[in-house]
Formats: sequence, C-alpha cells, structure tokens
Amino acid sequence: MIDALNAVLVVLIAGLAVWITLARDTFSAVVAFIVYGLLLTLVWVQLQGIDVALTEAAIGGGLTGALLIGAASRLRHTEKTVAAEQPGSALKWLAAGVSTAVTGVLALCVLALPTPAPSLAREVAANIGSTGVGNPITAVLLAFRSMDTLLEAVVLLFALIGVWSLTPDRFWAGRPGFKQIADPNGMLAYIARVLSPIGIVVGLYIFWAGADYPGGKFQGATILAAMWLLVIMAGLAESPAISQIGLRSILVLGPMVFIAIGFLGVAVADAFLAYPIGFAKPLILAIEFALMPTLTLILGLLLLGAPQRTRDA
Amino acid sequence: MSTLLDLWTMAAVCAGAIFFLAGMVGLLRFPDSLTRLHALTKADNLGLGLVVLGLLPQAGGVLDALKLLLIWFLLLLSGAAVSQLIAHRIVREAGRKP
Repeated sequence: MIDALNAVLVVLIAGLAVWITLARDTFSAVVAFIVYGLLLTLVWVQLQGIDVALTEAAIGGGLTGALLIGAASRLRHTEKTVAAEQPGSALKWLAAGVSTAVTGVLALCVLALPTPAPSLAREVAANIGSTGVGNPITAVLLAFRSMDTLLEAVVLLFALIGVWSLTPDRFWAGRPGFKQIADPNGMLAYIARVLSPIGIVVGLYIFWAGADYPGGKFQGATILAAMWLLVIMAGLAESPAISQIGLRSILVLGPMVFIAIGFLGVAVADAFLAYPIGFAKPLILAIEFALMPTLTLILGLLLLGAPQRTRDA
Repeated sequence: MSTLLDLWTMAAVCAGAIFFLAGMVGLLRFPDSLTRLHALTKADNLGLGLVVLGLLPQAGGVLDALKLLLIWFLLLLSGAAVSQLIAHRIVREAGRKP
C-alpha cells in the first residue's frame, strides 16, 4: 500500500518536473514549482528526514515560491515578446544536448555510488553526547559541520547585498516595496492581526524545539519572516528603510557572533569553531539565538526586494 | 471500545476524502472562478475537518490532539481569508461592486 503511494508520488513529481520545464507561461510554471516543492516535502517525510521536510516546505516551497512569484509578476510585461521568440533549431538541439548530458552525468554519479553508501552517521551517534543537543541534525549543523552553517548565513547576507545593489540611486537608503494602503477593516488586516501572534509562537516553538526535535532556526526564521511580511502587506506596518543603523546591526549580528565564537575556539580549544569541552551546548545556543533575528530579517528583506521609494514617501 | 474508535476513524477519514474528491471535481469542472473557489473551500474546511476529527482518537495524547485541532483551525482561518481576498479581486476585476 505504502509502496503504491510512493510510486504515485514519484510519477507525480517526475510528471510535474517535465510540465514545469515545458510550460510557456512563467506564472503557471512558478505555481507548479511550488506544488513540486510541497510534493518533495512529502518525499522527505517518507524518507524520515523530517528536518529536511520542514526546510523544504518553508524555504523550497514557501520562500522560493514567493520570490519566484515576485519575479514572474515583474517579468509579466516581457512575456509576450519572449513567447513570440522562436529559437533556431541549432539552439534547441544544443539545449537538449546539454540538458541530456547533465542528466546523464548525474545519473552515472548516482549509479556509481558504493553500497552501502559512505556514512558518518555512526560517528555522529557516538559523539552526539559531547555536544549536549538531542537532535542529530542540529548537532551536525552547529557542532560537527558548523563551518557550513556559518558560510550559509554569510551567503544569505551577500544575497541581500546583491538585491540591495539593484536599488536606483535616488531610492538608496529608502524603503523596499510600494506603500501599502490597505483597508484597516479589510480581510488582509484582519488575518494579519489574528494570524501573526499565532505564527510568532509557532516560529519560536520550531526554533526552540530544534535542539532536540526536528526544527531549527532556518525553519523558525522563515515563519517569523512570513508573519512580518504579512503585517507589512496588510499595511499595519511600514517596510524598514535600509539605511537604519539598528536594522543593519541586526543583519550582521548573527554572523559576527558566530565568527567571534569561532575565534574563541582558536584561543581556547585549538581550532576555529571548536567548542571547549562542557561549553558546547551554551555556545550552540548563543549562535542560534544570534542567528535567529538575523535570518528572519534577511529572509524578509530578500522578499521585500530592492528599495523602490524614498524613506519618507 | 478501540474497535469502535477505529471504525469512527475509518468512517470520518473516508467521508473527508470524499469531500476532497468532490472539491477536486468541482475545481476542475465548475465554469468560473467564484464557483471554483466555492468548491475548493468545501474540500479545505469540511474535508480536512473530517480527517482531523477522524484522527483525533488515534492521536498520541491530548497535546497531539490539540495540535491537530490547531492545524484545522489555522487552515479554516487562512482558507477563509484567502478565498475572501481572491473573490474580492475577481469581483473588482469584473467591474462590479463587491
């Protein structure tokens, strides 16, 4: 029974992937891509990767989906000219050839994997006690491979700087997004008032539960960012001016604390990002607490995009 | 007692699935956006509601049961709000007064 359901899932995902590639209308392709992300979430649940499933649902389906919808609606006026363009047959064959080659190489790589696949799971299970966290994913992300997590946070910051660098000169230091004039008694304002307190509690819960159960700062921060955006879209709050010192300090706070703890490791425990024995859990918590507001802000600001009006407009 | 609860679960979840199926058929077959929206809300609200009610006896404890109910409540809230927003947009684009 479960096998049949898994087979249906695989067929659905493969079919949807083909459809996304073939769809000419950008908006439909984006909507299908969001559905694709949700189906992938189910796959991760089936593979017992609840942490990855949560991340896929929050980032892969939700956040990326919202970003792509924004991109699609900005590209709408170019849609007609792009659809009218007919690429030459040489270009078509080249595209098909390159795609097939990439797929072939990927398939070969997957088939060439040794069985059983190389795994460090046993080492993680043996050493997780020394970190003081109960969730092995959190232990890997913040103790055994914390360098990757640090780089991830820094990359997001760079992405935000990249988005900001697209700001027209006259709006630099201004506010992203258009001014939202929403009906204060309208449905959007209502849902923003009712849903955001619940969402904030859920986001913080997922963040806090991440130490011992599936969850963590990325998933929690995505939910908090979504609530923030909801309040902004409903017109109950202004999007922040990107020149605010407070805003910029929070943006660098997370990575700075992470790097500072890394150098503490050099001084006390002989390696960058090594935790002194017995202090792993508090240091991991400090990093998580510092990264959480940074990630929330970065994710929200990424979705808000480059400033489109002056500070006082 | 547990057989009775299992029967309840099966009946309620199946009834929920029927609502989902009906909602899906409506979404595919109804002629315009407003009626399609109507079909969709039936699947969301009643379908998921029946599935949640059916799963309640199978929940691990009171806390899990409350979480299930919370999920239903959140979906009711967001479903109702989003369909209001979509319907508002449809009516406005059609040039009629809401």
